Amino acid sequence: MKFLISMHINPAVLDALTDQEKAAIGDGHGRFIEALKQSGELITTLALVDPSQAAVVSVRKGQPVVTDGPFLEAKEYLGGFYLIDCESKERAIELAAQIPDTAIEGLGVEVRQVMFADGQLEA
Amino acid sequence: MTAPVIEGLLRELTPQVLGALVRRHGQFEGCEDAVQEAVLAAAVQWPAEGVPDNPRGWLSTVASRRLIDQMRSDHARRERESVTAAVEVLPQDVPDTDDTLVLLFLCCHPTLTAASQVALTLRAVGGLTTAEIARAFLVPEATMAARISRAKQRIKAAGSSFGLPDGAELQERLLVVLHVLYLIFNEGYTASSGSELHRADLAKEAIRLTRMVHAQLPGDGEVTGLLALMLLTHARREARTTPAGDLVPLDEQDRTKWDRGLVDEGVELIKAALAGPALGPYQLQAAIAATHADAATAAETDWPQVHALYLILERIAPNPMVTLNRAIALAEIEGPEAGLALLSTLDGDERLAGHHRLLSVRAHLLEKTGDRAGAYEHYRRAAKATASMAEQRYLESRASRVRA
Repeated sequence: MKFLISMHINPAVLDALTDQEKAAIGDGHGRFIEALKQSGELITTLALVDPSQAAVVSVRKGQPVVTDGPFLEAKEYLGGFYLIDCESKERAIELAAQIPDTAIEGLGVEVRQVMFADGQLEA
Repeated sequence: MTAPVIEGLLRELTPQVLGALVRRHGQFEGCEDAVQEAVLAAAVQWPAEGVPDNPRGWLSTVASRRLIDQMRSDHARRERESVTAAVEVLPQDVPDTDDTLVLLFLCCHPTLTAASQVALTLRAVGGLTTAEIARAFLVPEATMAARISRAKQRIKAAGSSFGLPDGAELQERLLVVLHVLYLIFNEGYTASSGSELHRADLAKEAIRLTRMVHAQLPGDGEVTGLLALMLLTHARREARTTPAGDLVPLDEQDRTKWDRGLVDEGVELIKAALAGPALGPYQLQAAIAATHADAATAAETDWPQVHALYLILERIAPNPMVTLNRAIALAEIEGPEAGLALLSTLDGDERLAGHHRLLSVRAHLLEKTGDRAGAYEHYRRAAKATASMAEQRYLESRASRVRA
C-alpha cells in the first residue's frame, strides 16, 4: 500500500529552533531515509523551497495569471513529503512517528493513502 | 522460439535451477542472485542466438559460474587463499520438481512481511526480474531490489534449512504459502492504479504458481480450493469491467462473457475437493463462486446455498467481512431488513469501522428497502472511504442513481 506522509511546516516555529535543534532534525531525517531505503519501503522523498517562493497559477479567459506567494495564507505550509510503499496503514503510521517533526509542537505530519499513481514509479 | 515462449521457459526453469544450486551449495541468498543473473543473460542471448539444446543445463552452468565468481571475490575480499576446491559444478538433468515447493516455503518464510514474501516468491519461484516485479507493484526498481535483498538477509539470519518442514509445521507454513499466492492473485485482480495490464499478468502468475503447488500436493483440499477460487474468479475478468474501465457488479455482469473453460475447470476441482475429508476457507469461497457460476442469470442464483456456505465459513473462519457477505445473501432470501439487521451486529467491530464495504453494502440494502436518502448518504460515504478509483466511480454513480 502506498502512502504519502506529508510534512506541514510552520516557518515561525522552525525559525525559533536553535541550530542544534535544526541539525538534530536534519540528522533524524537522514537516518529515517536510510532505514526506509534499506527496508525497501521508500519510493521517493522531496523537500520544497520556502512557501514565499511559490507561484500561484490560474487561467482566466484563456490567459494565464501568475501571482507570487503561497495559495493559502496560513501558518503552516507543505514543506515536503515521503512517498512510501508499506504493508498497512498501521505500518505507515509507525513509520511517520519516526519523523523528527512529530516531536515538535507546531509542525504537522499527515499520513494519507495513495489512490492513483502513474509516471516514473513505473520506471 | 518466440520471446514469450522463451520467457515462459525461463520462468518454469528458474525454481528448478535455483533449487538444485541451493541443494549443492547452501546459501540461498547467493544462489538466488546467481540464478537471477543467469536468467537475465538468457533473456538477452536466447532470442538472438537461439535456445541451447539443454536450456536447464545452460542456466545451471552460467548460474554456477556466477556463484563461484562471487564466492571467489568474497574470499578475496577477506584475504583468504585457494578457494577453487570443490565448487566446480557440472550441469545435471535431474527432475527437481520438489525443489519448487521447498523454495516456495522458503520465500514465504514466516519472519518476512507479506510484501517481502510476495516479492521474493515472484522472483525466486516465479522467475520474474526485479524490474518486472517493481513495475507490477508500481514502485521504483531500487525499492523492490532493497526489499528482496532485505528479505533474503532475514531468511539467512533465521537460519532456515533447505527442506520441507514436517508434520504440523508443514500445514501451518502451507497456509502462509497459500496466503501469499492469494495476495499475488488479488493484486492482479483488483487493478486499482497505474497500468492494469501488468496486474492482470500477476493474476495469471498466481494461477501458474498455484497450479505448481497443486501438482505437488494434489490431495490437499485447501490447495485445490484456492486454485478453484482463482480460476472461478479469473473466469469473470472480461465481464467485471466495461471497456471504459468501470466496474460491473456481479448481478449485472454479462455471464456469457465468463470464460467457460476456466469455470468448468474450477467447478470440477472444487467438487473433488469438497468430497475430501477437511473443509477449509478457500474451498468454501470456491464453492460460493461455483454456486454463482451455476446460475445462468443473477436471478437464478441459489441464494440459500450461498448463505449456507457463508454460514459455515463464518463458523470455521470468523471474520466480519464474511458476515458482511452473508448479509447480502440473507437479504436475497429474507429481504433487505434481515440483511440490515445482520449488518447492525457489525457496527461495534473496529476492524470494519468506516470501511467502505460496510458502507456500500448498507447503502445497497437501504436502496432495496426504498430508503433513497439513507442509500444516497451511505453510497457517498463509501465513495469517500475507498482507495480504489474504479470503485469510487462506481459508488458515485450509484449515489447519483438513487438521488435521481
